[in-house]
Amino acid sequence: MQTPHAKSRSFPFHIVIFLAPAVIVYTVFMIIPLIDSLRLSLFTITDDKREIFAGLNNYVLLLTDPKWSAAFQNAFWNNVKFFIIHMVVQNSIGLLLASLLVAGGRARSVYRTLIFAPTVLSVVIIGFIWNLILSPLWGVGESVLKAVGLGALFAPWLGLAWSALPTLSLISVWQFIGIPMLLFYVALLGIPEELIEAARVDGASGWTAFWRIKFPLILPTVGIVAILTFVGNFNAFDLIYTVKGAQAGPQFATDIMGTFFYRTFFGSQLQLGNPAMGATVAGMMLLIILAGVIVYLFLWQRRVATYDL
Amino acid sequence: MAATNPTLHHSTRANLLERLGPHFVLIAYCLVALFPIVLIIMNSFKSRDGIFSAPFAPPTSETFSLIGYQTVFGRANFPNYFLNSLIVTGISILLILFFGSMAAFALSQYRFRGDVIVGLFLAIGIMVPIRLGTIGILRLIVSMNLANTLVALILVYLAQGLPLTIFILAQFYRQIPRELTDAAHIDGASEYRIYALLTPLVRPAIGAIGIFTMIPIWNDLWFPLILAPSDKTATITLGTQQFLGQFVSDWNAVLAALTLAMVPILLMYILFSRQMVKSVTAGAVK
Repeated sequence: MQTPHAKSRSFPFHIVIFLAPAVIVYTVFMIIPLIDSLRLSLFTITDDKREIFAGLNNYVLLLTDPKWSAAFQNAFWNNVKFFIIHMVVQNSIGLLLASLLVAGGRARSVYRTLIFAPTVLSVVIIGFIWNLILSPLWGVGESVLKAVGLGALFAPWLGLAWSALPTLSLISVWQFIGIPMLLFYVALLGIPEELIEAARVDGASGWTAFWRIKFPLILPTVGIVAILTFVGNFNAFDLIYTVKGAQAGPQFATDIMGTFFYRTFFGSQLQLGNPAMGATVAGMMLLIILAGVIVYLFLWQRRVATYDL
Repeated sequence: MAATNPTLHHSTRANLLERLGPHFVLIAYCLVALFPIVLIIMNSFKSRDGIFSAPFAPPTSETFSLIGYQTVFGRANFPNYFLNSLIVTGISILLILFFGSMAAFALSQYRFRGDVIVGLFLAIGIMVPIRLGTIGILRLIVSMNLANTLVALILVYLAQGLPLTIFILAQFYRQIPRELTDAAHIDGASEYRIYALLTPLVRPAIGAIGIFTMIPIWNDLWFPLILAPSDKTATITLGTQQFLGQFVSDWNAVLAALTLAMVPILLMYILFSRQMVKSVTAGAVK
């Protein structure tokens, strides 16, 4: 890339004009509020609404005070489970579907469109749809399971403490599987056909060719999918709120960081809203997400070789 | 890019199972993906008896009923919610495209002092979810007297959508042959003229931006719930959520509301899905 010459000596007003609207809106409505929120997490708000500097006290409270730490740890570990289920189920099925799509011939655009359809719907709609389907009142879910001989397994999964979180995770997996599928599909399409043909000629089976040639080549995409899943999951809120409300019941069994943040900030039937502690929860979420991004950038992206195809 | 059906004809040796296997699994998964959606739409046109006695049957002359739709239109402000969503999403995406294309043009076409820093600064917005700044955003919006307005939502969605849109568009601007810009410079075109000339060429990016920027705005629950929860400013997502919460035991109304909320976006999606996928593919392969 070269600089457009002639004018490069004088002050580049046009560059400023091109960048200004986007940078200003982004700074005012995202970056400054984010910093303001982080700042607030270092303060205590008194009853007469004065802000008093408290250092890291709020963070210490959140991590060690029994009043806060139990709820925080519950939300955090639930969120970890939520993430693990997505990584294992969503991304592996997404990869399987993508690799089948590549071999799918003419019909593949139809498959792709249909499988991606739930992804474009709002989480509110998806949450309610599954709430109805899994409702023992309607009995649709039970009938389907009976039809495949698994009727005995049916239970009101969304209402039981042990199964509510895995069920919600799988609903989310069902909705968002289109994204890893599409990203893997694009990556697999980018692999030159000759490479695979050559391996086949050398006697490699489809299975071997996939794991020895294709998979290593799409490792960069595996990393992108993992970090997108991580950020999305630790920022999730809508599904739990729609299906279980801000209380994330039963007994906070489905509470994740997003609902914990909402409840802490706005309050609920059980507690008053607390802006400073809410900001602290948001600060912790930021730290968690940054930790994920750093692992991705420095441990994954640096080590994974990218091949220029 | 191997876009068209490359090897199927060659592999005559491949047995039938290997050829049909993928189709089998893909069709099965399509059923899993579509069954819940179809079930809801189908039952929304049935009477309460029909919904419960034969949930898997399509509506017949006996079970057909529009009672749910009557309840929805009678009780809720659905046309208004829909209009709010159209306004918020429409204006946001237009401004995102306008501001975003200007910034992406500058970042992709010029080398200047601080270009890397501006790029990294914007990249924060791709990695860090804007929701984490909600408390700051709410305080700002309240201090600007914009709580419970659509303007508040538009401003926040602008900030939310710009970073990724700039990133996507910059990739597309970089693919435009350099000779084009050079020729325009030689003809004495101003920088603004060149922006106007090149921008129509990045139109293929629209599909990817639709998926990654527009749909999340249309579907968002968080910011409408926090910044503009009043009934007058509710978007379709928030309006549906509140309506469903109130009418939870009226199955006809719930199914009708779900269908009404789903159908417009599904139609849009079916209409544009080809462009969307093509656009994602074009941006990523290269």
